[in-house]
Amino acid sequence: MNQHGEPSHHVDSVRTYVGVLIALLIATIVTALVATLDLGPFNIIVALGIACVKMMLVVLFFMHVRYSTLLTRLVMIGGLMWLAILLLLSFVDFGTRGWIGVPGK
Amino acid sequence: MATAAITAERETYLNSAYGLKSWLLTKDHKRIAVLYFITISIFFAIGGTFAGLIRLELLTPEGDLVSSETYNKLFTMHGVIMVFFFLIPSIPATLGNFFLPMMIGARDLAFPRINLLSWYLLIAGGAFAIFAMVAGGVDTGWTFYTPYSTSYSTTYVIATALGIFIAGFSSILTGLNFVVTVHRMRAPGMTWFRLPLFVWSHYATSLIQVLGTPVIAVTLFLVLCERLFHLGIFDPALGGDPVLFQHLFWFYSHPAVYIMVLPGMAVISEIVSTFSRKPVYGYAFVAFSSMAIAVIGFLVWGHHLFVSGQSLYAGLVFSFLSYFVAIPSAVKVFNWTATLYRGSISYDTPMLYAFGFIGLFTIGGLTGLFVASLGMDVHVTDTYFVIAHFHYVMVGGTIMAYLGGVHYWWPKMTGRMYPEGFAKLSALVIFIGFNLTFFPQFILGYLGMPRRYHEYSQEFQLLHVLSSAGASVLAVGYIMPAIYFLWSLRYGPVAGANPWGASGLEWRTPSPPPTHNFDRIPVVTFDAYDYSTVIPTEVNDVGH
Ligand SMILES: [Cu+2]
Repeated sequence: MNQHGEPSHHVDSVRTYVGVLIALLIATIVTALVATLDLGPFNIIVALGIACVKMMLVVLFFMHVRYSTLLTRLVMIGGLMWLAILLLLSFVDFGTRGWIGVPGK
Repeated sequence: MATAAITAERETYLNSAYGLKSWLLTKDHKRIAVLYFITISIFFAIGGTFAGLIRLELLTPEGDLVSSETYNKLFTMHGVIMVFFFLIPSIPATLGNFFLPMMIGARDLAFPRINLLSWYLLIAGGAFAIFAMVAGGVDTGWTFYTPYSTSYSTTYVIATALGIFIAGFSSILTGLNFVVTVHRMRAPGMTWFRLPLFVWSHYATSLIQVLGTPVIAVTLFLVLCERLFHLGIFDPALGGDPVLFQHLFWFYSHPAVYIMVLPGMAVISEIVSTFSRKPVYGYAFVAFSSMAIAVIGFLVWGHHLFVSGQSLYAGLVFSFLSYFVAIPSAVKVFNWTATLYRGSISYDTPMLYAFGFIGLFTIGGLTGLFVASLGMDVHVTDTYFVIAHFHYVMVGGTIMAYLGGVHYWWPKMTGRMYPEGFAKLSALVIFIGFNLTFFPQFILGYLGMPRRYHEYSQEFQLLHVLSSAGASVLAVGYIMPAIYFLWSLRYGPVAGANPWGASGLEWRTPSPPPTHNFDRIPVVTFDAYDYSTVIPTEVNDVGH
């Protein structure tokens, strides 16, 4: 932050960007390889886990959120919280649907 | 006459430039608001025509006016047009666009070009929807439930969904623009707790638009993918889950109700304060209740899935959470009522609409508790009870507030007054017509009349005839303002800067406002609704 309240225009070194790029490519290859293994219920957890890590790399480095103002980070966190609401309350349904049987079956 | 000469010479946003190009390429938030006014009025007329045809068909128990296929298309297109192309943009894109910058003492929104882009996106989305209608219509219902929308419907689902997808971006950009504007463009001294409650409500609305609308866009995109490429997302035969569609759809579409009604509450807060000449009772509570509605509104969507095969346990959770959203709404209703207490109340047209809103929204909200309770909802799901409930919220709430707001700010936007007697009469006609249309539908639904049927058994006819009669009264009520507003543009008495003696910054600049809103950016040294700083102006009847 400079005195006008503008976010400072921090520029990462080329090395950092290339490093992040390589990490993203490796994660993509890992995703593809994991897809060939059957991990049972963990299939989706592993796939989404890797996707989340990749997303965070893009957000923090490529989108410069690491060096942004508190408000920008709050926007990011808000978006993630709303995604969490969507997933959590949906899983309240999907996770409990088998608890009682279907009438007539 | 001297006043008239001065009025004619002063530069306003209306006479600063002429010609179609000066409107279609404008970056002035006030002109863009006018473009939105014209656009959504056309959509309202189209959607209203569909409603009229629906009510005509339902005059008789037999399906004699239109075929069942046509009837399905009529109620679908009525819903699609009214929800996505009228109600969602209605107050924010017109009154919000025009007055949110003025209320915070800004010269424009933060992103004027994006503001214009959002209007073009609405036009583009609307073009797709209208194309679908002209080409042959769509019959899925405005809710696009799968598997019908993805596998069975042979109508123009893709064009309609694409139209809503595009219009969604219009809504997101408007929300984004408002959020940034409120954060960055406030005049010196305009602290957060000096903001008019109109701004707080619009801020909360904008958060919903930004956080919720992408989900409906993605959901409709997935419907398109499944329909076009047979991707297995919602179709069980392909490994999908049809209830997943309903989760995703209502994750947006329940909060969308608040995109429609929070701006209505925004308008009512301003009107109630102005015509009671008192600050809104419990300012901070009303401000935070808007934020609470925005957040809690996202936790209740499952109440649309009670009979859709959702787990009973999820139903319990969603039913429980749904009751909570009634609290901040009730806070607002109680606080408006408390504002009236010992106020010096005047019964001008905007205030009549505000009274209409408070009563009708309360009925809509309380019947929302009926349908949010698990047992009761089983009985009334997919009946006219639900239709009546959400029309009390959307028509009795949002449209009453919208009309109240248009009457309230008309002198500011145009510099002219409308004929008060006709306006009061039309408010009364709308109130009577509305209740005659929709109250019988509560009874119809409770007695078991299902929604979306073009035939029905004999015993329902009396109530249906009452409802259709009400719809024709309502139509008269809506046509009247259209006529006298057009009349007032030319012949209405000149209004002056502040005909109501209102306190907002938008009333402290001439009517119609200059292109840059204020000759000098105001420095705010007073709280919202501080009537000790107000000098009302006389209505100057030079037109006669
Ligand atoms: Cu809902």
